[in-house]
Amino acid sequence: MNRSIRQSKTVYRLNVNGETKEAMGRPADLLLDTLRTGLGLTGAKKACKNGDCGACTVIVGGDAVHACLMLTAEAEGKPVRTIEGLADSPVQRAFVDHWAIQCGFCTPGFIVKGHSLLEHHPDADDETVEEWLQSNLCRCTGYAEIKDAIQAAKKGFAD
Amino acid sequence: MEQGWYSVGQPEQRIDAEEKARGTVRFVGDYLSPGLMHAKLVTSERAHAEIRSVDVTEAWKVPGVRAIITGEMFPFHIGPILADRPPLAFKKVRYCGEPLAIIVADAEDQAKQAAERVVVTYDPLPVVNSPSDAMRPGSPLVHEDAGSYQKLISNVYPVSGTNIGSHIKIRKGDAGAAWAQCDETVTASYSFNLTDHAAMEPRAAMAEINPSGKIIIHSCSQSPFTIKKVLNQFFNVELGNVIVHIPLVGGAFGGKGTVQLEPLAYLASKAVGGKLVRLEYSREEDMRTAPCHIGLEATVRLGADKDGRLLAGQYTFLFDSGAYTDQGAGVTRAAALDCTGPYDIANVWCDSYCVYTNHPYATSFRGYGHPELSFAVERTMDKLARRLGLDPVEFRLRNAIKPGDETPTQAVLTANNIGDSAQCLLRAKELIGWDGGKAREAAGGKVRSKGLSLFWKTSTTATNAQAGAVIKFEADGSVNLNCAAIELGQGTKTVLAQILSEKLKMPLSKIRVTMEVNTQYDPHQWRTVASSTTFLAGRAVMSAADDAIAKLKKTAAVALQCAEEDLDIGDGRVYYRPAPEFGVDIQEIALGYKFPNGHTVSGQVIGVGKHVQTHLTPMDEKTGFGKPGPWWSVGAQAVEIELDPADYSYRVLKALTVLDGGTIINPRMAEQQMRGGMYLGLSFASTESFRFDAEGIVLNPSLRDYQMLRFGEEPAEYMVDFVQTPSAAGPYGARGIGEYGVIGMAPALANALSAATGAELDELPLTPETVWRAAGEGSR
Amino acid sequence: MIGFNFDYHRPGTPEEALSCFRESTGQGLQTVFYSGGTEFLTHARTGEISAGAVIDIKDIPECRELQWDGEILMIGAALTLNELAGSGEYPLLALAAKGVADHTSRNKITIGGNVNSRLPYREALLPLLLADAAAKVAGPEGERTLPLSELVGQGGRLPSGELLLQILVSRRAVERPHFFRKKTRMTKVGYPLVSLAADREGSRISGAFSGLCGQPFRLAQVDEVLSDKSLTPEAQAAEIRSLLPTAVTADQYASAEYRLFVLGRMLHELAEEWEECR
Repeated sequence: MNRSIRQSKTVYRLNVNGETKEAMGRPADLLLDTLRTGLGLTGAKKACKNGDCGACTVIVGGDAVHACLMLTAEAEGKPVRTIEGLADSPVQRAFVDHWAIQCGFCTPGFIVKGHSLLEHHPDADDETVEEWLQSNLCRCTGYAEIKDAIQAAKKGFAD
Repeated sequence: MEQGWYSVGQPEQRIDAEEKARGTVRFVGDYLSPGLMHAKLVTSERAHAEIRSVDVTEAWKVPGVRAIITGEMFPFHIGPILADRPPLAFKKVRYCGEPLAIIVADAEDQAKQAAERVVVTYDPLPVVNSPSDAMRPGSPLVHEDAGSYQKLISNVYPVSGTNIGSHIKIRKGDAGAAWAQCDETVTASYSFNLTDHAAMEPRAAMAEINPSGKIIIHSCSQSPFTIKKVLNQFFNVELGNVIVHIPLVGGAFGGKGTVQLEPLAYLASKAVGGKLVRLEYSREEDMRTAPCHIGLEATVRLGADKDGRLLAGQYTFLFDSGAYTDQGAGVTRAAALDCTGPYDIANVWCDSYCVYTNHPYATSFRGYGHPELSFAVERTMDKLARRLGLDPVEFRLRNAIKPGDETPTQAVLTANNIGDSAQCLLRAKELIGWDGGKAREAAGGKVRSKGLSLFWKTSTTATNAQAGAVIKFEADGSVNLNCAAIELGQGTKTVLAQILSEKLKMPLSKIRVTMEVNTQYDPHQWRTVASSTTFLAGRAVMSAADDAIAKLKKTAAVALQCAEEDLDIGDGRVYYRPAPEFGVDIQEIALGYKFPNGHTVSGQVIGVGKHVQTHLTPMDEKTGFGKPGPWWSVGAQAVEIELDPADYSYRVLKALTVLDGGTIINPRMAEQQMRGGMYLGLSFASTESFRFDAEGIVLNPSLRDYQMLRFGEEPAEYMVDFVQTPSAAGPYGARGIGEYGVIGMAPALANALSAATGAELDELPLTPETVWRAAGEGSR
Repeated sequence: MIGFNFDYHRPGTPEEALSCFRESTGQGLQTVFYSGGTEFLTHARTGEISAGAVIDIKDIPECRELQWDGEILMIGAALTLNELAGSGEYPLLALAAKGVADHTSRNKITIGGNVNSRLPYREALLPLLLADAAAKVAGPEGERTLPLSELVGQGGRLPSGELLLQILVSRRAVERPHFFRKKTRMTKVGYPLVSLAADREGSRISGAFSGLCGQPFRLAQVDEVLSDKSLTPEAQAAEIRSLLPTAVTADQYASAEYRLFVLGRMLHELAEEWEECR
């Protein structure tokens, strides 16, 4: 048996943004709640908790996932990256430089998803960008500046 | 800058962009606190029913449950305009999702478990499922006696024994006689369901009561001072004892302008001895429990002579305000007083009804009645143009309102209080490449067409709406700005910093704006709604800057041993105008001027300022007569679409806004506002809608089922241009612009699709199925 | 936040998974196998389902395999839709998988989860129905292989306590010329009004549908109609309408009439695409 947690609480060991972190939680706890409440990493947002909007997007084991649709137990043993660990991402810079931010609530999810996209496809074509970024909702911008920012960030990944 | 301005007119970067990009900005849900308790709501599963019982026995058995509050514990009604809504339903429920009980527990999962174990039994009542059903004689009543509720403002007219929460009348000229002179008339009806703001941040609030009786509320509200007022008015607490803290807000669009969550959080805290309690809405609650965007059934009749001059207009608006009037009553009024759109019509008859139904209740939404009325009016304008054989642009130009004309409430327009609607329209015509609104064939069997709209809006603020500002100088000569304008993504704090930068001729980097708002140390501000903040808070900042400048000059005059009148300020110095090299750095006088011997005069420089609306009046009950707002912003919008006639799918190729916003303080952010507004308007127009079953249950209260346009589905090209007719009253000539991008999008899209298909598209949302059905294929 | 508590187990072999299931159910716990978990977690949050024990199968190597065994492609039940969409091994399955939900969700949703979904759509099932895929299942009686359609086709459901390990598809089916269309109400991310997967062997065309009725389906009589070159797409649509297993779905996304209109458009597109065989 690789892992068994009974109903009582357990101590999770997570690798988050390159650091090993411990947090107490239930088997039924979602990664999003552990990151936010257990570890104080509030960059991933609670916006739908249903996998519909992308505001809680984090990278687990190299792939962008909804932290609201993953048990904390599932993330054990895999590197987790959150917006707080992407300070040097060209995507982050590009969102500022291209005015892709208004209220800022969807921004962390968009940047994490955009970063993951360019890690996998540094020269993503428009169709691929659209397929990936359609996972995230924004209510303020109308998406045009976000599109510009992703295009601009491609250069940062190419360098 | 042609005007030689320092910061106004410059595309200054938003002052909050960096921290937002890093994910470190704290929204209200991001605050963690030891001992924080959690509240969850039990909400109604019925749209209309008597409550037979609320059984909390099983809920109490969940460990960690500390309090359960039910409706009969606070059997009173509250509301911003008409006090018709119990914070927790008692005796009966009036919409699906209505709060029934609050559970307070140590942990969130405990509260959730307990909430799921509350058993509510109902005696169903017949459901009122649309405004036209509600208006039918003999309809079941949502409220037994709408006329009995307390009125909070004067312009609300409920009718006892009906489902009318308010009836606003406009009577201008002689609408009866004028119809006889019309050569052409058109009458048409329009409708759309309630929709949702769906700000990405769901609503949340925290409350605590400290032992000395202070009530501290943390919320994502647009109206912190209204929260104080509501707790004072309805919960019998001292106004000054309520402190409201608002961090940055994750989008609002009008949906966070009213007060719903905070009194519930207050009741929850009170029930556990004042401990800090958080009440956070799930997305489902945010969509159907919290108030949403109003629905409408409208009939518009327009008449013109053969030269295309509009002679008469009759407008019947049945607003679907859901179970309570909330701001729906204000929207009903706002739509009435601007019912004609930006056209000069001598004879106007409008009946605007705020109608109760058993739907989630409505509140303000970006545009406040104007996207709604514009859909009905601008569709009718296109139809009448066609009847008259006139190009829709030409027909609008012949009737476009201008200084010297009167609005439907007979307010007189002047060059200062209205923008240039004709110029907006001509510019839009040029930029979109207007071709008369004809459908053209495109590659692959597709059809392209353009549609356009002209719109206006005034902001019906309280007649004493106001804002204040405080600026404090630091020892290094830099400045802190405090002001209760809420930053909700619109960039208001940056705009206010630019206005201050302009006044002080000081770089933006030396100006620090307190991003959060706290009602205890920020001056009073009405609310951050109604596109009024640049105007009200902007003027307050200018006034505070004037105050500070006077004080700086006074101290500098001592230091420089000259007359105050000979001093000017700029680039961090106060200097002697006749010899500008002779001056003193602000940091030398920011905390008072210290003579070489140590003696100090004047002390810290603190500038205070305020601004209040001038000469606004309520409306007359019988005719609507009155001056409702400080100015009318006008604009034109257009879209170009490409439709596939094989399956009625379409995409928006271009979306255009030309707005007369007066002086534009920050062109980059103003463009952002217009693009975002166009997106919101197109998403509303093309896909968004609450769906109700026959029992009034919302079928799609989630972002999966309530569909909005996603990345890549926005217009291929956004175009934004500004006509800048300065407003004499506004800061540096600026008018409000925040809401405007959304207003004319639905009619522009519907006009374009109607041109492409030859069908009349008078219902929203304009999904391919709606278009297919209107085009007549559905009946084959 | 999930309101109830459960045990969580992540076994490394099918045997461990099954003994874990026995043990948990023996303790009176309602026990579920968990793969991507997206559907379980969304319904658990809203309180529509609950469980006392969750057995995560993602660490079972067989459930993560994607490889050829001679002429048979073995598809592990815990492979994500994006892994399948990106692999290139099974182009029609890749297309159908890419139509499900959104890209981030597809990093989590697995093929086993999608074909076993409680929702009426299950679009990844469509190519598998065309392929007459088999299911390799581990259960109390040991492993067995049976037609997938029996387990998860119309009305079929994987019995409780049985674990879907792999889906098996023949090379012949994987390599057939294929066609896939999905139409949504308005925005691209959404449930299908109609999805159609079709493949062709010689002049014989087969089709499987989702969204049109309460369950995905493939019917021999519908295949006959699709293969009948004498029929126009309109005539095909009319014939298919009379053969549907249940009434056409009418819901908040679309009326039944509009779904049929969309079906007609798709049959047109199918006819155009495969015009040379008509």
